[in-house]
Amino acid sequence: MEIEIDGKVAHVPDGSTIMDAAQQLGAYIPHFCYHKKLSIAANCRMCLVQVEKAPKPLPACATPVTNGMRVFTHSELAVKAQKGVMEFLLINHPLDCPICDQGGECQLQDLAVGYGGSASRFHEDKRVVFHKDVGPLISMQEMARCIHCTRCVRFGQEIAGVMELGMASRNMHSEITTFVGRSVDSELSGNMIDLCPVGALTSKPFRYSARSWELSRRKSISPHDSIGANLTAQVKNNVVLRILPRDNEDINECWISDKERFSYEALNSPARLRKPMVRVDGALREVDWNVALDYVSHALKDVVSNSGAESLAALASPQATLEELYLLQKLTRGLGSGNIDFRPRRRDFSADSKLGGVPWLGLKLSEIKDLDAAVVVGSFLRKDHPLFAQRLRQLAKKWGKVSLLSVSGDDPLIKLHAQVTVSPAELPLALAAVVKAVAQLKGEAVPAGLEAVKPCPTSESIARSLLEGNKRAIFLGNAAEQNPHAAQLHALASELARLTGASCGFIGEAANSVGGYVAKAFPTALNAYEMFAQPRKAYILLGVEPELDCHHPQQAVAALKGAALVVSLTSFSDGAARDYADVLLPIAPFTETSGSFVNTEGRLQSFNGVVRPLGDSRPAWKVLRVLGNLLGLPGFDQDSSEQVRDEIVPAGEGFVDGLNNSINGVPLSLPAAVGFLQRVADVPIYFADPLARRAPALQKTHDAVAPTARMGGQTLQALGLTDGATVRVWQASGEAVLTVRVDEAVPAACLRIAAAHVSTAALGDMFSAINVERA
Amino acid sequence: MLTSESLARIDREIAKYPADQRQSAVMAALAIAQEQQGWLSSEAIESVANYLGMEPIAAYEVASFYNMYDLKPVGKYKVSVCTNLPCMLSGGVDAGDYLKKKLGIGYNETTPDGLITLKEGECMGACGDAPVMIVNNRRMCSWMQPEQIDKLLAELK
Amino acid sequence: MAILGALNPMLSVGLDGDNAWRLADYVKRGGYTALRRILEEKLPQGDVINEVKKSVLRGRGGAGFPTGLKWSFMPRSFPGDKYVVCNSDEGEPGTFKDRDILRYNPHSVIEGMAIAAYAMGAARGYNYIHGEVWEIYQRFEEALDEARAAGFLGSDLLGSGFNFDLFAHHGYGAYICGEETALLESIEGKKGQPRFKPPFPASFGLYGKPTTINNTETFASIPYIINLGGETYLEAGKANNGGTKLFSVSGHVNRPGNYEIPLGTPFATLLEMAGGMRGGRQLKACIPGGSSAPVVPAAAMMDCTMDYDSISKAGSMLGSGAVIVMDETTCMVKALERLSFFYYEESCGQCTPCREGTSWLYKVVHRIEHGKGRPDDLDLLSSVTTNIMGRTICALGDAASMPVQSFIKHFRDEFAYHIEHRKCLVPVDVQRAGSGFFTATV
Ligand SMILES: Cc1cc2nc3c(=O)[nH]c(=O)nc-3n(C[C@H](O)[C@H](O)[C@H](O)COP(=O)(O)O)c2cc1C
Ligand code: SF4
Ligand code: FES
Repeated sequence: MEIEIDGKVAHVPDGSTIMDAAQQLGAYIPHFCYHKKLSIAANCRMCLVQVEKAPKPLPACATPVTNGMRVFTHSELAVKAQKGVMEFLLINHPLDCPICDQGGECQLQDLAVGYGGSASRFHEDKRVVFHKDVGPLISMQEMARCIHCTRCVRFGQEIAGVMELGMASRNMHSEITTFVGRSVDSELSGNMIDLCPVGALTSKPFRYSARSWELSRRKSISPHDSIGANLTAQVKNNVVLRILPRDNEDINECWISDKERFSYEALNSPARLRKPMVRVDGALREVDWNVALDYVSHALKDVVSNSGAESLAALASPQATLEELYLLQKLTRGLGSGNIDFRPRRRDFSADSKLGGVPWLGLKLSEIKDLDAAVVVGSFLRKDHPLFAQRLRQLAKKWGKVSLLSVSGDDPLIKLHAQVTVSPAELPLALAAVVKAVAQLKGEAVPAGLEAVKPCPTSESIARSLLEGNKRAIFLGNAAEQNPHAAQLHALASELARLTGASCGFIGEAANSVGGYVAKAFPTALNAYEMFAQPRKAYILLGVEPELDCHHPQQAVAALKGAALVVSLTSFSDGAARDYADVLLPIAPFTETSGSFVNTEGRLQSFNGVVRPLGDSRPAWKVLRVLGNLLGLPGFDQDSSEQVRDEIVPAGEGFVDGLNNSINGVPLSLPAAVGFLQRVADVPIYFADPLARRAPALQKTHDAVAPTARMGGQTLQALGLTDGATVRVWQASGEAVLTVRVDEAVPAACLRIAAAHVSTAALGDMFSAINVERA
Repeated sequence: MLTSESLARIDREIAKYPADQRQSAVMAALAIAQEQQGWLSSEAIESVANYLGMEPIAAYEVASFYNMYDLKPVGKYKVSVCTNLPCMLSGGVDAGDYLKKKLGIGYNETTPDGLITLKEGECMGACGDAPVMIVNNRRMCSWMQPEQIDKLLAELK
Repeated sequence: MAILGALNPMLSVGLDGDNAWRLADYVKRGGYTALRRILEEKLPQGDVINEVKKSVLRGRGGAGFPTGLKWSFMPRSFPGDKYVVCNSDEGEPGTFKDRDILRYNPHSVIEGMAIAAYAMGAARGYNYIHGEVWEIYQRFEEALDEARAAGFLGSDLLGSGFNFDLFAHHGYGAYICGEETALLESIEGKKGQPRFKPPFPASFGLYGKPTTINNTETFASIPYIINLGGETYLEAGKANNGGTKLFSVSGHVNRPGNYEIPLGTPFATLLEMAGGMRGGRQLKACIPGGSSAPVVPAAAMMDCTMDYDSISKAGSMLGSGAVIVMDETTCMVKALERLSFFYYEESCGQCTPCREGTSWLYKVVHRIEHGKGRPDDLDLLSSVTTNIMGRTICALGDAASMPVQSFIKHFRDEFAYHIEHRKCLVPVDVQRAGSGFFTATV
């Protein structure tokens, strides 16, 4: 299709709108309701343009291009129409930009300068709209500013997958609201703030903390999940005051999750550790860096020489940077220990020696939209990976058949092709049923070990979806990686991929779930579980809080308490480390250091600090480098994080090498059943990492309510319990007292009790047997 | 919250639409819920939404858009008077004024005994019968001259 | 009787008895013969559409779009469902004809829809009935039951292999649902907010499927067209204005009501049929096509014949055929104030010019009526209407603007008087007398 806009010619595919063509030409057409990622509403009428032969001005956002169309965006007719609309938008809009929180970044304000009239002809009373309270994240204090573009409503329906906001009533009394008094709870809700072109929806935590023009904008990368969302950090006086998405169509598109948007509050938390601390006579005392590092290097040397290098273990958070992970493993290995890991929430490491390479997603994030079918195994999709789930949601809306095999029946807000919900122990069996169904459908020999499996109609239908179309994928989620039979699940998924030609991969828990392998921060001796199961004399912790971040926190804390030396590199002073650590070293969070993350698709993304480190905090890579020097280890003379990175990945590479999800030598075998009651532990979205845990606004959301003991009605009956009862639950010697909640999404004979929360930190394994009795 | 009788009526409405379009019955379902309760509380809207598998806010959008739904309690009888131009020309406004005087209330008000709520309606599609009024969304009353209005009021007890 | 008077009637023939609406009565009047013939003779779909085209039947819902042409837009070979939808939302102030068609002759609509469904290959239909006419809705449901029981609806109609089922959907008080795409949204269980077109309903209609929407009276005319033949129907009216039409006469006449007359009948004749002016007073103005149509002053109106072309020449629209008659007791400012309130109230609220503009128009006219007009208000009103017209998603924006423009154009002096003297040119007691309401003191 050929179209001419203001004399410039564009060629666009059939079905394009005038707006599409204008964007291709770089011609700006004013608009409010139009948004490239949302359906077309054509309600604001700001984009009216003149089209040759059309008697009336037409909305560019909704008018399809016809061949040979001639469009004038600045003709008298067009400008008159645009000015007319602007006048209408302003008659009821408060004209108090100087005191509006959106002032300086308001599309209405910007356009009013060009299209607004000077004196108002409107002499009537302005519309009054009452404010609404919709929770801790979004402020709807100023709803009189709303221009009814319905972007927020469409975002909920189309992107978040749940309609929480609507436009109630009609005529000029129409107003955006939630259902009577409800809060907005979507994990993607903050994007509505960005979408709102005026100051109607604003960020509650940010409100009135700065004017937009006082903020400097700096690029960053999200540490929170494996997607690696691109961020803009907005900074004033060396303080991060706001985090916004930075468009990257291949990664986060134009979105970020609320965890990514609002966790920044923790960066400015009073709980930040500002000075190194060393335990002297039982109490932690602030000391200077040189004292602390001196102490650490001597203590480490002592342990190694007195008890052997294998008595030392190091555990890092998968959110640590590539450079930090690399130097930590180098240091640990330099001291002679292979006890290093970055996967604290894992239970089953038996695949470690059988991997063909670095486990990853198996395809690019941007390829998800082209899949014909996807099967996700073991994931709390929305809460584990909000943006990954969003991509699957869009896929399912088009043609892709998305199936979910998992340990909870939570609604992923995705139009699923099929859903199978089983206990963690049965997850391999459920996957095996799909594998067997595929083999049978293809008339191939049933893989050894799966003879006894009986596929059900659902597994057959999932199998069929994986055999149709050209592009299909299998994804293993957090609950699969953390499953006690993770290696089996990996092997089964590989077999399924082999049989169907689908890709197979891991969604990955955190920012460096791939990077940790690249940095070689995985064990050659004891792994993240074993290093606590077989207590060591000394531990180095990097950005990790084992009491919340480990698969078996009870065991981890016991080992740490019994150790002679615990060195914790951390950004916070308020954790349980106060009880067990001998040294606390204040390290810089991602906004205060340079570094790199390798996202789930193997993409290397390096970033710089956006503010100076708080107090005496130091970037962890520097701390580790100096420690390496003090310990007299070779290879610790890098001057910059870039130099460290270049040691790991060849300079200039966008993607890392060695990505490979194959697994060899793990025979298929199905696990035996667990005793009557099995625990299902999710990691609630706002407890998942040290930053989110300390973000006050996130902690006030619905997703941050304290864990309960959730179970299906049948399990409840079998246990003789009642909804709302108080129970004591225990695993090994640790226990918790919780309230019972009926939740039919929990598989039979399972008790869902979230991990990563202080109230459940005394419990044991995330997915093993658990006991319950009325308290 | 919805009685089994209401649910049975809603089911009959649902059956009019394709199986995957339960939401199409929302207007009827809200009307039925309103008949059961006298008005539409948010609990009622929510039950309807849940029954039809839609978001409560989507049902609320509908309930607040169509003006025969009452989102606040009304009297036992809701009398809506058409005052639109064709009716006005034949006494619609006068009939409304007459009612106001007789009942001692204005539009959108309810008599102190909770018996009658007065509403100003839009065109009811019966302009030839002006003045017209509707009782409880159901009963259309035509040619409402003072005498007929008096009779109606005597009847509404 | 229902239809108060008729000249050369079709639709309103034989509707006297209490049971005229019953199936048996309809069949006695020759009902369902058109459908039966089409099904028995397996008439090609194209022939049915051609017959309708020949009749030059123009949509009776307001826009006057040729019905046969509209039907031919439906995709012939579409793999999925298709729908026919009847628009009985009749909310246009002044219009009350569809109510009477459904009240006295519902089977003509059912038969018309079944024929339409046959011609366009639709298996399902809905009739969207105005919220305020509950009894009519109930009666229509009963008529549907009768038709279903007699094999005129359901599967395998009269053994022909053709399936068509029809359901009634009850509105609940929103004028905008008369706009055809708002009506579809409403059937889908949403707010009645019009859709942007294109795509048009013929390609993306109810549930996203090809759909044809016609007015009640349009469908009701179909059996008569098939029975008489398109040409005979056309000849009943005048060229380009085929057939007879129901006119709803309201306002200052002695016998308000529905009258069926051939298109092209002089307005004077219609006025006479409606009993002439109330109290023998003088005609001041007339809105000939429902409240959205521009008002026409008395003299011009008396020169009109009642058809699309003549009314259009007089600067107005035949619209839905609602004739609102105003005599000399009418205050034009007050009349416009009430209409403007209606459009302000009924705007669905999605597009900026309509949502903001209709409220602005109303507030200004309201001010003028209440003695707070400003000298530049009339220019302001005209300017606001031009900023609304042609810039909205649906025609409600235009519908709200045209009365304002035409009232000011034809009665500018009266508005100016209001602004200047802060009161009405027509004394209040004269206005009161016009309504004929016995103003008793209580
Ligand atoms: C604001 C608005 C209100 C309308 N109301 C009605 C109505 O009440 N009844 C009707 O048949 N058409 C109404 N229409 C016209 C319909 O959109 C549509 O054109 C008509 O139903 C088509 O039927 P027809 O071709 O048989 O006339 C309205 C249009 C608009 C813009
Ligand atoms: S013109 Fe008015 S009624 Fe029509 S879509 Fe726009 S806002 Fe709604
Ligand atoms: S951007 Fe086109 S109408 Fe709003």
